[in-house]
Amino acid sequence: MGAAVRVLVILGGLIAAWSMLVSLTGVPPYILPGPYAVLLAWQAHAGTLIANTAVTLGEVCLGLIAGVVGGALAAMLVTASAVARRWLLPLLVASQAIPVFALAPLLVLWLGYGMASKIAMAALIIFFPVTASFHDGLRQVEPGWLDLVRVMQGQKLTMASRLRGFLLVRVPAALPSLASGIRVGVAIAPIGAVIGEWVGAGAGLGHLMLHANGRLQIDLMFAALLTLAAMAVALYLGVDWLLARAMPWRPQAAANA
Amino acid sequence: MNDVAGGPVWPVAGGKHPRDNGLAVRIEGARLAYGPLQLFDSLSLALEPGRITCLLGPSGVGKSSLLRLIAGLAPQGADGRVLASDNRPLAGRLAWMDQRDLLLPWASALENVLLGARLRGETPDRERACALLDAVGLGDVIGARPDTLSGGMRSRVALARTLFEDRPVVLMDEPFAGLDAIVRHRLQELAARLLAGRTVLLVTHDPLEALRLGDRILVMSGRPVTIQEIQPPLGGVPRPVDAPDLAEAHARLLAALSLAAGEI
Repeated sequence: MGAAVRVLVILGGLIAAWSMLVSLTGVPPYILPGPYAVLLAWQAHAGTLIANTAVTLGEVCLGLIAGVVGGALAAMLVTASAVARRWLLPLLVASQAIPVFALAPLLVLWLGYGMASKIAMAALIIFFPVTASFHDGLRQVEPGWLDLVRVMQGQKLTMASRLRGFLLVRVPAALPSLASGIRVGVAIAPIGAVIGEWVGAGAGLGHLMLHANGRLQIDLMFAALLTLAAMAVALYLGVDWLLARAMPWRPQAAANA
Repeated sequence: MNDVAGGPVWPVAGGKHPRDNGLAVRIEGARLAYGPLQLFDSLSLALEPGRITCLLGPSGVGKSSLLRLIAGLAPQGADGRVLASDNRPLAGRLAWMDQRDLLLPWASALENVLLGARLRGETPDRERACALLDAVGLGDVIGARPDTLSGGMRSRVALARTLFEDRPVVLMDEPFAGLDAIVRHRLQELAARLLAGRTVLLVTHDPLEALRLGDRILVMSGRPVTIQEIQPPLGGVPRPVDAPDLAEAHARLLAALSLAAGEI
């Protein structure tokens, strides 16, 4: 049975179970609306939902880019420089003791109600997983390759030749680890953006959910929630596909092809 | 690959044949201990210029450690002087080929061969790299990634990469160990031809490989290590497997190796 068929069966089963739960228990629609009611709400508010999805998707994507670039640079710096490792690494680890969610009100205070605070939130939440996994990959390069680099370069190691060894062997060797970090980042970045929107925003799916909840439009809230889930899954699958394409020498990429 | 064996002389950078700059190498006072285990104690070894020296011995006797010591990849606590006959440092003048091919999986065969030049910031000589890949019979797959190549082809890429370095001294650590007999036989033929004129140290587990390729054959044994020289069969390398005195030399070598295995 193909993967697409499996997904359709699972989705169909979930919707059927949801529908049965609603009709069997008779819960009022302001607690749990049925799938059909949510579909109708989606149709009625399609324009609003799409506009707010665009906002949240934009925040997530920009946050991802910022978090991945920042995390990758931090990992390279910490790997390449012993001084940076000694000073920056404890700081990075200690920073994880602060729950990023607790920073959300601060970020909104500093960066305002617009997209910037949500982008910062998403970037912050993925920064550490990206840094940690890329740093791991950079440290665990096949020692034989590093021996090869040493023999090929001889003894006169300048800054330039060290940099060449780093960029030509160590960084590409660690790219699959960076990809793992990015996959984790893609999965959690929407959380950051939505938390940011809950704390204070003028637009976005998180904002829409709070708004609908406040006005007892539970069907719209569910429509926004499902849209958010669909967006997150699509984003993950898209990034996963891109990463597999970008690193065709990875065995799992070959298995997926 | 027979067409390869009879192929043209392989290209040398600068048009100078490496036989002209054969470099002798001497290791003196090599010392290596793992905890209480004394592997080498003032061990000496001389590699003759432009010759293939084969190094055999039981597993764990320290063949790879000795080779890595010469390559400048010695572990912490190892000691010993490595001298070249022109009294200049050996670093930067040797090429190293490991038992594992150590090909970079993200780079094409050609890019793998060019790695050394790129690491040194030189302008990569693609033409010579392509000619070398051609000489090892891989002219059709220069753009292929290593994971699409067979074990024998990967070894040949690694051989081409080692030759591209164009160094007077070549250290090879069981370069053909993982290959089946036929492929290994052909690669030995190829390697001997392409390595002619260079000072080569070849670590091997295969007595027949040593008898075919070794201008000199050395057996390491004991703790600390002593080195015994075995008389090779007559004639230049690569010797045919049916060389008249090969069987006799084979028996001599096996006797020395089983004696060495008993001492570990």
